[in-house]
Amino acid sequence: MHKLKLGKSLILFLALPLFLVGCSKDHTKITIVGSSALQPLIEQAGNDYHLVHLDSNIIVQGGGSGTGLSQVQAGAVQVGTSDVFADTQKGIDANKLHDFQVAVVGIVPIVNKNVGVSNLSPKQLMAIFTGKITNWRQVGGKNLHVIVINRSRGSGTRTTFESLILKGKEAVNSQEQDSNGTVKKIVSTTPGTISYISFPYANDPNIQKLSVDHVQPTNRNIPTNKWPLWSYEHMYTKGKPDKETSAFITYILSKKVQRELVPKIGYLSINEMKVTRDSHNRIAKVGGAYE
Amino acid sequence: MSKHEQDLQKVVDQAIAQQKVPHVKFKKIDPESVDLARLTSQSKETRQERWGKGLTFLAIVVIAILIVAIIGFVGVHGLATFVNNKVNIFHFLFTSSWNPSAGKDHVGAAAMLVTSFAVTLLAALLATPFAIAIALFMTEYESGKQTRLLQSVMELLVGIPSVVYGFLGLTVIVPVIRTIFGGTGFGILAATLILFIMVLPTITSLTVDAFKVVPKDLRQSSAALGATRWQTIYHVVLRAARPRILTAIIFGMARAFGEALAVQMVIGNAVLMPYNLVSPAATLTSQLTSQMGNTVMGTLPNNALWSLALLLLIMSLVFNFLVRLIGKKR
Repeated sequence: MHKLKLGKSLILFLALPLFLVGCSKDHTKITIVGSSALQPLIEQAGNDYHLVHLDSNIIVQGGGSGTGLSQVQAGAVQVGTSDVFADTQKGIDANKLHDFQVAVVGIVPIVNKNVGVSNLSPKQLMAIFTGKITNWRQVGGKNLHVIVINRSRGSGTRTTFESLILKGKEAVNSQEQDSNGTVKKIVSTTPGTISYISFPYANDPNIQKLSVDHVQPTNRNIPTNKWPLWSYEHMYTKGKPDKETSAFITYILSKKVQRELVPKIGYLSINEMKVTRDSHNRIAKVGGAYE
Repeated sequence: MSKHEQDLQKVVDQAIAQQKVPHVKFKKIDPESVDLARLTSQSKETRQERWGKGLTFLAIVVIAILIVAIIGFVGVHGLATFVNNKVNIFHFLFTSSWNPSAGKDHVGAAAMLVTSFAVTLLAALLATPFAIAIALFMTEYESGKQTRLLQSVMELLVGIPSVVYGFLGLTVIVPVIRTIFGGTGFGILAATLILFIMVLPTITSLTVDAFKVVPKDLRQSSAALGATRWQTIYHVVLRAARPRILTAIIFGMARAFGEALAVQMVIGNAVLMPYNLVSPAATLTSQLTSQMGNTVMGTLPNNALWSLALLLLIMSLVFNFLVRLIGKKR
């Protein structure tokens, strides 16, 4: 008898995942995959949304911008989130995707505190990240070797940084780290290091934020493009979103989320932007034409 | 009544007629208490047996399908780099320019291969003497309290998640290396030290097993010939256990080769041919884990990563094959 029970429970155990999968096939399920930068915002918004819409079922996963875009293109998920424009990614047909820009996030170059530099020009930044400047003395700092910490190839932050600063030039082959937290930790402890992180991570007294052309890296300077290092946070759907997905995106764009949640996470509301930028980095006034 | 049942009835009748055992009193079975239907039908035990067999077989089939699917999937995606994107396989294996998004001339995995092998070999080289020493202590010199203590320490080391090792490396080992050798502290040396701790319990416990299966009479004969304990260990035990120790080392290397997270945190992730132990480098696994999410399915950068995965898979099959080979020679 005992053995038989074991057998039956084994079958039950094996069947359990199938059962669970079957259960979650709810028609209001929205799966959102992609950018880890946008993940905390969507997760929090999803929780709040669920409190009002009890039948909603929003599943949020990271995985990176590339994953988000390819999953949404394949139709595997309802929304793919990305830090970069879909048409800048090879293998993605941006015409089939619908772009919802839901927030803006700034990017700031950071250095170790001992390099003795707090301001650089875009040209100097370019020279450092392409490996032309190798000593901090060359930009008015201490006699110290420059150590570049790059972000992982293809990460949203790196793609944005390189398209705005390197302008198509190849970055020097150097260390790569794939999370804001690790980058911050390394830069704060390793002499001579330089890297870049997104604004929400930058409020740390152990690292030196850099101004670019004497413009302070603050959220106030982003809407006018005075601080040019920023990127949109995109939510992509394949074609027009279905009713439930559309309702959730509308919620993300609502005043409640944009005024409270978005700044709380450290991002900038999309409504505050006075300029827009397209995938070729052309800037235009809101409602105006691109230069 | 079928022929079969008639036969059975006959046997039962005969048995009932013959049930006499001298000096032993027992309840005699009368013809009415024999239930022929029960005897001819399947017993509960037979059913259990069938169930068990079926379940076991099912589990094996599922696992087999899974393995074939994994190898097939990784194979198809991994070969796409060479078939669809027309990357030369020798170019892939022997050049070290790695930037797949820049085109097929920049798909060279040599730097990662060299780094992966370097950290694996160095970690095994470093860990093996310690593992053998600990195992000898546990089996030849001490038994009882200390052995049990060591055993639980080893088990503890196995149980620690790799992210914890990685974090330790990032906060302790990397700064120490930086202070001693300069640079950033990230590199093969840091990864080796982390992997050393991670593979030590694997190699040690398998080496302990290796020593335990060396027959006692070998040791006794050696002692009877007047050999000291060390002579016995060196000339008899170590020699007899050699194939198993080799197996232990290869298992350790397999673990080191496949470790991703902890290595990724301390190696620096720069795809450069390593020219010393403290320059940033990247292993196959660290590239895979840090890049996979940033690539688009079906593009060259994505396929190139699958090729790295295929390399890893082949390597782990090679490790398995080596273990078998050594096992056969024993």
